[in-house]
Amino acid sequence: MIRLEQRAAPAQIWTFATPIVAVLLTMIAGGLMFAALGTPPVQALKTIFYDPLFHPQFASYSRPQLLVKAGPLILIAIGLSLGFRAGIWNIGAEGQYIIGALFGAGLGLAAFPSESTILFPAMVAAGALGGWLWAMIPALLRVTFRTNEILVSLLLVYVAEQILARAAVGFLRNPDGGGFPGSRNLAQHSGTQNLELFANSGLHWGGVAAIAAVIFAYIVMTRHLMGFQIRVAGESPRAALFAGFAPKRLVIFCLGFSGALAGLAGLFEVTGPAGQISIDFNSGYGFTAIIVAFLGRLNPFGILMAGLLMALTYIGGELAQLTLSLPGAAIQAFQGMLLFFLLGLDVLTNYRIRLARRRGA
Amino acid sequence: MDLSSINLFVLIASLMVSATPILLAGIGELVVEKSGVLNLGVEGMMITGAVCGFAIAVQTGSAGLGFIAAALGGAALSLIFGFLTQVLMSNQVATGLALTLFGLGLSALLGQGFIGVKGIDVGPVPLGPLADIPGLGIVLFRHDGMVYVSLLIVAGVWAGLRYTRAGLILRAVGESHNAAHALGYPVIRIRLAAIAFGGACAGLGGAYLSIVRVPQWTEGMTAGAGWIALALVVFASWRPWRVLAGAYLFGGLTVLQLNLQAAGVKVPVEVLSMAPYLLTIVVLVLISSGKGASGAPASLGTRFHDSG
Repeated sequence: MIRLEQRAAPAQIWTFATPIVAVLLTMIAGGLMFAALGTPPVQALKTIFYDPLFHPQFASYSRPQLLVKAGPLILIAIGLSLGFRAGIWNIGAEGQYIIGALFGAGLGLAAFPSESTILFPAMVAAGALGGWLWAMIPALLRVTFRTNEILVSLLLVYVAEQILARAAVGFLRNPDGGGFPGSRNLAQHSGTQNLELFANSGLHWGGVAAIAAVIFAYIVMTRHLMGFQIRVAGESPRAALFAGFAPKRLVIFCLGFSGALAGLAGLFEVTGPAGQISIDFNSGYGFTAIIVAFLGRLNPFGILMAGLLMALTYIGGELAQLTLSLPGAAIQAFQGMLLFFLLGLDVLTNYRIRLARRRGA
Repeated sequence: MDLSSINLFVLIASLMVSATPILLAGIGELVVEKSGVLNLGVEGMMITGAVCGFAIAVQTGSAGLGFIAAALGGAALSLIFGFLTQVLMSNQVATGLALTLFGLGLSALLGQGFIGVKGIDVGPVPLGPLADIPGLGIVLFRHDGMVYVSLLIVAGVWAGLRYTRAGLILRAVGESHNAAHALGYPVIRIRLAAIAFGGACAGLGGAYLSIVRVPQWTEGMTAGAGWIALALVVFASWRPWRVLAGAYLFGGLTVLQLNLQAAGVKVPVEVLSMAPYLLTIVVLVLISSGKGASGAPASLGTRFHDSG
């Protein structure tokens, strides 16, 4: 009879080893899934994990994509990770991402065709503000009415998507676009564009912001009182209460911070890789960032690595769609599996497996 | 604008149909939460049920077999969640989210061959003269079988939780797993059974969309219904009949929105489409701001480990 015995303290080694083991197990299980779909598994895995970086023909295109896709994922995941550590669950980052993009793009479009140098920074601020405001809805409802923030933040994603649809065909539509849905192209206009900072690197301001967020989150979590409060609140809410930490302030801070970062990610996306507000410019980064946050163990540097890995699976998935005609959804199932393995393996961090006889037998 | 084109009886009948998916998923989740487990993967289980049900219904030509397959599919998927959260003690919130993600991906894979395939016809249950009663006949007696099945499940859950020993044990496990464990009840097995039941109900709810209501398979067709079902359980303060009332309220809102659009009310489509989500939030706020106990099971979402 196998028994689980609680460890006195989480095992350090497993904290680092579980993501790696989870990725390996996902590759095996994913390989089986691909085999079941009739795709040669080794080739599929090579296409997803190896070709985007080293394929002689595709790598020149897909390598810069790594940073393009990892940027928003890391930025959003960093924001989410603080709340997750405190037991505050913002799962509506996708909505905050959309509203941030709408705020920033709205400002840019209102100022069109201004080429002022302060326009882009102002749009960045507007993007963060938009995301922050959208996150304040669940935050304020939680602190005033104790309404569950998981459900509210998530339901607001669907509301944000409807506002986005309205914006794309209505109030932000390109007046010179011949009636087609979608706004003016912000990436083609010098006042509002968010271009690559170095040619073919894929690094735009969003990537810079992501790296800054990693460092900021690391400092907050290890050096600042707020980080200490977050950790205590997550590990022992009662202790946090006795210590006199204001739980409401924590909710406002965590949700606001994650909303602002998600809004920033949206703004950088809409002014750069996406280029314009369109009905489906948002590509689910807000949801994938949740996996990134967990895969990175809610640790800022872990999230950095996890974001890059997740971006790789995205690009690899697209490549596999192209060259192996693997369905696009396969990669989503793959990502879900990765999260399953990771969460399941976590048991090894907190528990020890013991072979023991059943009591009384 | 012509509101007179909206027939009240037809409206009520169609709200029952449009509420059935969230009713089924909601009542299943209620049982899961009553056992002390929070499964946020309802959306993933619904969509898996939708694709399993549709595929089997189209291939066999039988809606009944489709629904059975959907229930099995939903239950199977839910047991992944059950194994991770109950046996490996993973975080329920994160695991539920993973389940939704995985379900959406898996269903899209399974459903590839079924996009654009025509569904089967599901007629009303022949209830003879009852269906011809003016007014009432339209409202109550011209539905397909699943509408009645969903009502039976609600009644069964209500009676089961309230009057049977099994229901009492389930509630005990949800209120205090340590106490239930001390009394010798197999906490984990009971919770796994509740999770599987919830998965089966969510599967049925999803299949109702793909087999009866739409009836077609499209990727991501549940479009947030699973999350509404989760909100419904809170809305109902964990009481079966209130889940029914809540589901019909939301169903009514959806139907009314479609009717208002058809009647040419000058409101943007998007505003009408976001109404159910906004209303859910308003209701959540009203419920949570109310004084006294919300009715949530005391052990909801917490981890159980037999350390003895």
